[in-house]
Amino acid sequence: MSKIIRRATAGTLESSDVFVTLEPHDSGVEIELDSVVRNQFGPAILKAVEEVLAECGVNSAKVIVVDRGALDCVIRARVETAVERGKGE
Amino acid sequence: MRRSMLFLPGNTPNIIQNAEILGADAVILDLEDAVAPTEKDSARILVRNAMRYMGFGRCEVIVRINSIDTDFWRKDLDAIIPQRPSLIMPPKTATAEDVKTVDAYISELEEKLGMEKNAVGLIPLIETALGVENAFKIASASKRVKAIFLGGEDLTADLHCKRTKEGNEISYARARMVCAARAAGVEVYDTPFTDVNDDEGIYTDAEYAKSLGFTGKSAISPRHVKAINEVFSPSMKDIDYAYEVMEAIRIGKEQGKGAVALRGKMIDAPIVARAQQTIEMAVELGLGREA
Repeated sequence: MSKIIRRATAGTLESSDVFVTLEPHDSGVEIELDSVVRNQFGPAILKAVEEVLAECGVNSAKVIVVDRGALDCVIRARVETAVERGKGE
Repeated sequence: MRRSMLFLPGNTPNIIQNAEILGADAVILDLEDAVAPTEKDSARILVRNAMRYMGFGRCEVIVRINSIDTDFWRKDLDAIIPQRPSLIMPPKTATAEDVKTVDAYISELEEKLGMEKNAVGLIPLIETALGVENAFKIASASKRVKAIFLGGEDLTADLHCKRTKEGNEISYARARMVCAARAAGVEVYDTPFTDVNDDEGIYTDAEYAKSLGFTGKSAISPRHVKAINEVFSPSMKDIDYAYEVMEAIRIGKEQGKGAVALRGKMIDAPIVARAQQTIEMAVELGLGREA
């Protein structure tokens, strides 16, 4: 189990990238999504974020995702990086 | 076939996802100089995911890791080796020991992952005066070394001289690298031409590298890929001559001749070897025909 103990960010706001902010949260996972392709890919993006958090053992965090049309594997990479940067030992 | 090798910064998804359409025979996903120290973790995870999930088509994937005098290189290999890159490029390789250090760690990872031994090759980046002087030892330090690569920018800083378009300051290093690589039986690749807006200069620089014996050349801009591919591809004249050589050898063998001549010149083993290389390349480029 990993606990998010500090605010952490990963990624950029450039095209084909995503900017992920992760913050400590008391209960559960809360995700805010801003995406240029929200209508088409919103559910897929949320699923990718949730899956990475689960794989990393994070069960409580606030996640702010600003997507600029990133591929699934890019979203997963940026969320994982944010977790690594924000988690406690 | 590796005529052109294009460096792509490891933390830029919009560039990496277009890698296969940029025309290079190989791409070098860069975790070193193109990535800020604060983004090393981010680039490493991005490159790992890109290799796992993105298609690179016919483009060979090479990863430049961070140098062994940093805290990053083992983490880079931990993430990248499971993705089975064709080659790992360790930068600032100066001695055979540097190669052995990287080799030993890759061997550990391959064993841990149940991978075939020596599945991943090495293309050491030689970019210091000491590295150039040790080029043969580096090229023959491990079975993993498939090629060596000259980095002209860092080298000129180490030589205390200015990098110029003409490249006189690296002419010794270039010749020494080619000689070392050929003596060790590995390939050798030339430093990028760094003026990305000079579309003529890249032809001159690539032709010079080819004339010295380099296998191919690297680029830092997709704009230079076409020129490099053109220069390092065999011409139709080269291809026709290669087929003539092979035909003359075939006829000579049929007639039981010990020595074969073509256009008044003896054909010896190196000429045949070069003809075979040319035909192999022509076939790969779709320019070959039945011999």
